[in-house]
Amino acid sequence: MALLEVQGLKAFYGQTQALHDVSFSLEEGGITTLLGANGAGKTTTLRAICAMVRTQGSIRFDGKPIERWSTEDIVRLGVGHVPEGRGTFVNLSVDENLRAAAYTRRDHQAAARDLDMVLTYFPILRQRIKQQAGTLSGGEQQMLAISRALMLRPRLMLLDEPSFGLAPLIVQEIFRIMRRINEEAKVSMLLVEQNAALALDLADHAYVLETGSVVMSGAASVVKSDEAIRKSYLGY
Amino acid sequence: MEQLIQQVASGLANGAIYACLALALVMIFVSTDHINFAQGELAMFSAFLCWQFMDWGLTFWLALPVVAFISFLVGVSVERVILRPLHNAPVLSIVVVFIGLLAIFHSMAGSIWGHTIKQFPSPFPNVHFAGSGYIGPHQIGMVVVTLLLLLALFAFFRYTPIGLAMRAAAQNPVSARLVGIRVDMMLALGWGLAAAVGAVAGALVAPVVFLEPNMMASILLYGFAGALVGGISSPGGAVAGGFIVGILENLVAYFGNLLEKSTGIYVVGNGEKLMVALIIVITVLTLKPSGLFGHVTVKRV
Ligand SMILES: Nc1ncnc2c1ncn2[C@@H]1O[C@H](COP(=O)(O)OP(=O)(O)OP(=O)(O)O)[C@@H](O)[C@H]1O
Ligand SMILES: [Mg+2]
Repeated sequence: MALLEVQGLKAFYGQTQALHDVSFSLEEGGITTLLGANGAGKTTTLRAICAMVRTQGSIRFDGKPIERWSTEDIVRLGVGHVPEGRGTFVNLSVDENLRAAAYTRRDHQAAARDLDMVLTYFPILRQRIKQQAGTLSGGEQQMLAISRALMLRPRLMLLDEPSFGLAPLIVQEIFRIMRRINEEAKVSMLLVEQNAALALDLADHAYVLETGSVVMSGAASVVKSDEAIRKSYLGY
Repeated sequence: MEQLIQQVASGLANGAIYACLALALVMIFVSTDHINFAQGELAMFSAFLCWQFMDWGLTFWLALPVVAFISFLVGVSVERVILRPLHNAPVLSIVVVFIGLLAIFHSMAGSIWGHTIKQFPSPFPNVHFAGSGYIGPHQIGMVVVTLLLLLALFAFFRYTPIGLAMRAAAQNPVSARLVGIRVDMMLALGWGLAAAVGAVAGALVAPVVFLEPNMMASILLYGFAGALVGGISSPGGAVAGGFIVGILENLVAYFGNLLEKSTGIYVVGNGEKLMVALIIVITVLTLKPSGLFGHVTVKRV
């Protein structure tokens, strides 16, 4: 059974419809990427999964229909969302950002171990632990956003353009750690990216969105090597 | 000199009350961007409740926590029942609702307890001590109790997980939801705490200003001024601002009297202290719009 199954998803901002027909499914343990041009609806798809926009259609997580659930409850079910723009609590310290993310945890000892784990993934955050999070660099804030989602001990992570605005070296480091998180912590991922080449390297499956609908899908390796697909959908 | 110290000391005592009101206002403002104009009337209502319990035979120290708890529940209910449905309403409608609440609590207090002024006995023993020429026992009690309350609140927000969750929810509700924090609940909790803080302030100031439905009108103004001077986005700043305004208003009257005595020219006195205090507030805000301790928050869209 798929971990996440989305069928005929539509999404609306007020009167404007941003998603028309999005269907895809995501296997447990894998990394799936959602590609597409600016405004294709990638961010909206992630928001729709977390009930941050008005939707129609079916969303099943681990077999449960969650399309009527609140954001908080979906998150508590095990969906960690690393939002576009990183969503840092800018006036809180790094430490407080991470502890706020563990607020829903009742297994305090395990949460303390997880805090240690994320700080091992991102040692720079350990150095910045008392610093006000708004003063972190863009790359550090991205690491913090990923760490915040990890503190929920999610089964699925939704990552919205983690490479956005970052230097190539930092991007490489973050993607390497994302792979480790996927393998070691067994967290499935749905990765939204502008940078298709990068995403296709990491992912095992890909969907391409165009103006609010899925227009193409396939194994990442196939999409990557098929020049026709790359030219017509990904523009490189 | 002696008189000056006296004025500063009593300014400190009034300032403690303004600080509480200022903090209550800020607690709601930081999470909603709204100024609760009914905060003072809520506190007045709580003071009446406290008087009622004492009239029924409870001691002040028993009545106070009971009333603080009831006020907490009232605050939570007001948020859940009245303000929640107005979630996306324009600012003006919300202002109207606050003014409606103000009128409701005002007339409820009037119709239940009447409009005649009631004595509210001081809960602090009327003892003489070194320095009691400068400051009375009730004033010291007011300062001590509010400081303890502020300290407890500080510890709550700083060191407890739920306090942290409330700060996170106030600062970035979207991100807070994404880590599973129930933002609506935190908002209601903030309203409850603000009402409870106001209740303590109301019950402490009642022996000084006497109990009647209008008792909080000018106090809320001072509290508001304190919040603005300190920085409406900064709880610590608001508390400091409350004390500053309290001392300032007395100094204004003191130096006004001094001036009149030495030169015979009347410039300011007790009657004008509110006006002068507000002029100073406006001056501060003109020079530093975010308040003395506030920081300009840049809203990202
Ligand atoms: N808050 C909003 N209000 C109204 N319309 C919106 C809002 N956010 C996005 N949209 C619209 O929805 C459509 C999809 O936007 P979305 O942000 O999902 O695109 P995206 O694929 O994430 O693009 P990008 O790569 O630029 O981040 C766009 O047409 C956009 O204008
Ligand atoms: Mg986007």
